[in-house]
Amino acid sequence: MVSLTLNPIDIRSVVDGVTAPESGGIDVFVGTTRNHAGGEPMAIAMMERLEAEARRRWTVNRIAIVHRLGKVPVGEASVVIAVSSAHRNEAFEVCRFLIDSLKKEVPIWKREHFTDGTVEWSGVAAEAKHE
Amino acid sequence: MNIRVRLFSVIRDIAGFDEQTAVVPPGADAASVLRELVQAHPALDPWKGSVRMAVNLEYVSSSHPLKEGDEVAIIPPVSGG
Repeated sequence: MVSLTLNPIDIRSVVDGVTAPESGGIDVFVGTTRNHAGGEPMAIAMMERLEAEARRRWTVNRIAIVHRLGKVPVGEASVVIAVSSAHRNEAFEVCRFLIDSLKKEVPIWKREHFTDGTVEWSGVAAEAKHE
Repeated sequence: MNIRVRLFSVIRDIAGFDEQTAVVPPGADAASVLRELVQAHPALDPWKGSVRMAVNLEYVSSSHPLKEGDEVAIIPPVSGG
């Protein structure tokens, strides 16, 4: 299950969504940061591909990836990933694979709003300077 | 052939549009779309080495051949999560 939302992420419901009787544990990653804009259809397609890739490489029960878009107040969850599996090792590994890949692949961008009113795409200015 | 070009984040801000139709010659590859865009918007030049191309919602290499109706997206370095 993957989804994008403009509303606060209900972590409990994401965890409930991966609960399965055959699971020995659930690993949850909660990312907290601010201000995202994304290319929605492509972000969903790529999140689904990451889920499929994780299922090819590991044996887990359920996977949920929920990313919030729009202005995210400091301290609230911007992304929640939950993975249930029979053994905790797989759940930890898949959770880590998903958050690391999401940060590299999925077309979502942080937008920093500064107190002086300026707005800047996070991380991208530094990347351009390397060229 | 007609294609759709979609821009995101900083690239969209610099070029000043998020989506438009473009006409490319038969046999054009993904890289040619980026070349044309940089030619039309020279301020994008510093970005050409760090963006990735996606066709129909999937990342492709720059030599990926385009076909009629493709949606070509130019993806600057992502920063979600």
